Amino acid sequence: MATPEQILAAVNTRFPTLRLELKPLLTRGDVPGDQMYIRVKPADLLDVLRFLRDDGRTRFEQLIDLTCVDYLNFPGASDRYGVIYSLLSLTHNHRIWIKCFVNDPRPTLPTATAIWPGAEWMERELYDMFGIVFEGHPDLRRILTWDGFEAHPLRKDYPLRGKGERENYPVLNRDDA
Amino acid sequence: MDKHQYDPHTMSNDDVLTTRLDSLVNFFREKGVNWARRNSLWPLPFATACCGIELMATGASRYDVARFGAEVMRFSPRQSDLLICAGRVAIKMMPVLQRIYLQMAEPKWVISMGACASTGGVFDTYAVVQGVDQFLPVDIYVPGCPPRPETLIEGIMAIQRIVDRDGITPSSRRGKGLRLVAEPMYQIDTPPSSKTGAA
Ligand code: SF4
Repeated sequence: MATPEQILAAVNTRFPTLRLELKPLLTRGDVPGDQMYIRVKPADLLDVLRFLRDDGRTRFEQLIDLTCVDYLNFPGASDRYGVIYSLLSLTHNHRIWIKCFVNDPRPTLPTATAIWPGAEWMERELYDMFGIVFEGHPDLRRILTWDGFEAHPLRKDYPLRGKGERENYPVLNRDDA
Repeated sequence: MDKHQYDPHTMSNDDVLTTRLDSLVNFFREKGVNWARRNSLWPLPFATACCGIELMATGASRYDVARFGAEVMRFSPRQSDLLICAGRVAIKMMPVLQRIYLQMAEPKWVISMGACASTGGVFDTYAVVQGVDQFLPVDIYVPGCPPRPETLIEGIMAIQRIVDRDGITPSSRRGKGLRLVAEPMYQIDTPPSSKTGAA
């Protein structure tokens, strides 16, 4: 088991030019939690992820979760979408989070399906809910909402009640049946 | 006197079957086919959320919906005549529900069970249908979140009253035959003549 600092050190010896840093994923009041994330630029994302999976000190075999936060109107936020890769090493029993920020008008990231095949549906979900396009994805379709749906409902600027999508379905009455 | 002729005063033990059949015929002339229909509703459990659990409890031994003849849950719309829509219906699911409704054979009835199926409940979001009655004809709304099994049974009994009221007239008033008119739904084309085609 390696501490987040050791994981970061391993990454930084391999990629010294990136000068990556650890940050706490959550803070309660002023107290930082002990779950740490590394912020990576989209261009470096795949290299770092592949290194984290393959290096003997880190060995993150499993992509536990892939999710996103919309920082629209968030105090002090400079980027809009924070895509979070949650990694677990079954060998070493340690975890790390990788965060990658993308922006409108076309938030784009390279796909991680070549590293973890299980990323396929998670990336589809992010595409569906946040409209983040994963380039190179083998089958980037909506996964939860229906095909005719146009919006990306987990974006903060999407109204909870929708934009009338639920009203325009055909209606059956007794004579049809 | 012929032994099989019906006369309650001279009835012996051998005649029990004949007398019962006779009263059964009278019973059906009075109550009609509806009596059989109302006591053998075959529900289709369209259980999409938590209300489905209560629907299962209704079918299980403690509440025992078999007492009302509606215990035969069928998962094929072709075999069922009562659609119990239990739970919230996502918009993506609505075409499926509509198709199931269309596939059910007449006569058919629909119960909308619970706050979600009837109004959308607390799920006033882009993804949830705000009441299946917007897209389907619903006969009975069962309120509750979830409705207790007693409430659902009350709803099934309400369907039974609908069957009684709107059903087929008893033959004591109608005379013989069901008097149901089956109209063909399609036009039978004249068969293609091989001679005109070969010209
Ligand atoms: S009405 Fe209540 S119990 Fe029924 S599906 Fe909705 S939330 Fe669940």
